Amino acid sequence: MKEMLQIVLAAALVENVVLSQFLGLCPFLGVSKRVKTAASMGTAVILVITVSSAVTSLIYQYLLAANGLEFLETIVFILVIAALVQLVEMFLKKSSPSLYQALGVYLPLITTNCAVLGVALTNVQENYNVLYSTLNGFGTAVGFTVAIVIMAGIREKLEYCDVPKAFQGTPIVLITAGLMAMAFIGFSGLL
Amino acid sequence: MKGCTERIYNGLIKENPTFVLMLGMCPTMAVTSSAMNALGMGLTTTAVLVMSNFVISAMRKMIPDKVRIPAYIVIVATLVTIVQLLLKAYIPSLDSALGIYIPLIVVNCIILGRAESYASKNPPLLSAFDGVGMGLGFTLGLTCIGIFRELLGSGTLFGTVQVIPEDYTISLFVMAPGAFFVLAFLIAAQNAYRNRKAKRAAAAGESGADEITAASAGELACGGNCASCFGAVCAENHGKLAESKGGART
Repeated sequence: MKEMLQIVLAAALVENVVLSQFLGLCPFLGVSKRVKTAASMGTAVILVITVSSAVTSLIYQYLLAANGLEFLETIVFILVIAALVQLVEMFLKKSSPSLYQALGVYLPLITTNCAVLGVALTNVQENYNVLYSTLNGFGTAVGFTVAIVIMAGIREKLEYCDVPKAFQGTPIVLITAGLMAMAFIGFSGLL
Repeated sequence: MKGCTERIYNGLIKENPTFVLMLGMCPTMAVTSSAMNALGMGLTTTAVLVMSNFVISAMRKMIPDKVRIPAYIVIVATLVTIVQLLLKAYIPSLDSALGIYIPLIVVNCIILGRAESYASKNPPLLSAFDGVGMGLGFTLGLTCIGIFRELLGSGTLFGTVQVIPEDYTISLFVMAPGAFFVLAFLIAAQNAYRNRKAKRAAAAGESGADEITAASAGELACGGNCASCFGAVCAENHGKLAESKGGART
């Protein structure tokens, strides 16, 4: 139990996917203008990464590793993730139209998120079993959500600030991200 | 042959993927903590890019339009796997330094972006040279950032010469926040340059196209600097950018 908690905490805070591993920067910079959309994006990411890390881990253990096909991991993972996002989208459309309304636009964007593939590959690298992989995926996605929501909150305030002309737009966002990354380094003493 | 050299110039200077197009930001920030890693990552990406451009261009008439993106992804993933295995066998130190970011070349925006916007429309040889140009441009960008971060962060140059004594280095620059700061200042410097150029152009009474590119980049869905997107999004964005550029000129 303690080890499980450790994996989730490490993935969410200590090794934050955006701020210390630089994965998923695209949505982090692109969809962080409003707290509400950032939170929706985060929810969608939690859903997709948790499911995809469970599925890719199952496939790796029982299909690829069992048959000595480990070298196919990149190809298989990317196809599985693309198909999975489509499936999740179809499933949500049928079963929960309200949730689909809220998350629909963000789902296709997630396929293009290297965090999803990154988590799947990290799970293999760390030799996590299916349960640990799922937990690691969940933790990573929560870390992404925490980072993007905080970022959106800061950016909402930033709009009222007088930013030097050259720093307007992406540069000030990157500097904010850098300061956040410094703050997140503080978590490394946690474990 | 003239077309080939033009392609290389285009990739290195005119449409440099790191500084001008702002593509492939994930690896740009992740592996530039030392100049050597940055160079290795750049050359690895170049190898994949040249091969993928060539193969996709050679197969462009065979691939049905509707399934082209998945087809490209499979081709790129195959090539990345090959390159990864080669690195593991021959340069294991680089493989372990870059780690997870080598397989992640698959989702690098530059590769699918070039496949979609260039290789799918042009003959194989030209596409391969486009890959060389773009790849070297990416390598140049990465190495520049890498040298900068390594010099400030650990005071060395390519891990060999100690330029700045160890007591005076700012180790923050080789850690994660340093990547954000360096990139932020780089883009800001670029913005300042563009603003000045635009001001001068406005004073001279002509409309510069550059500042419009910078302005419209902010309006794109992904913020204009897609860290990794599956080409389709990129191509759309480039279309929009080209449109706004063209619209501004007329």
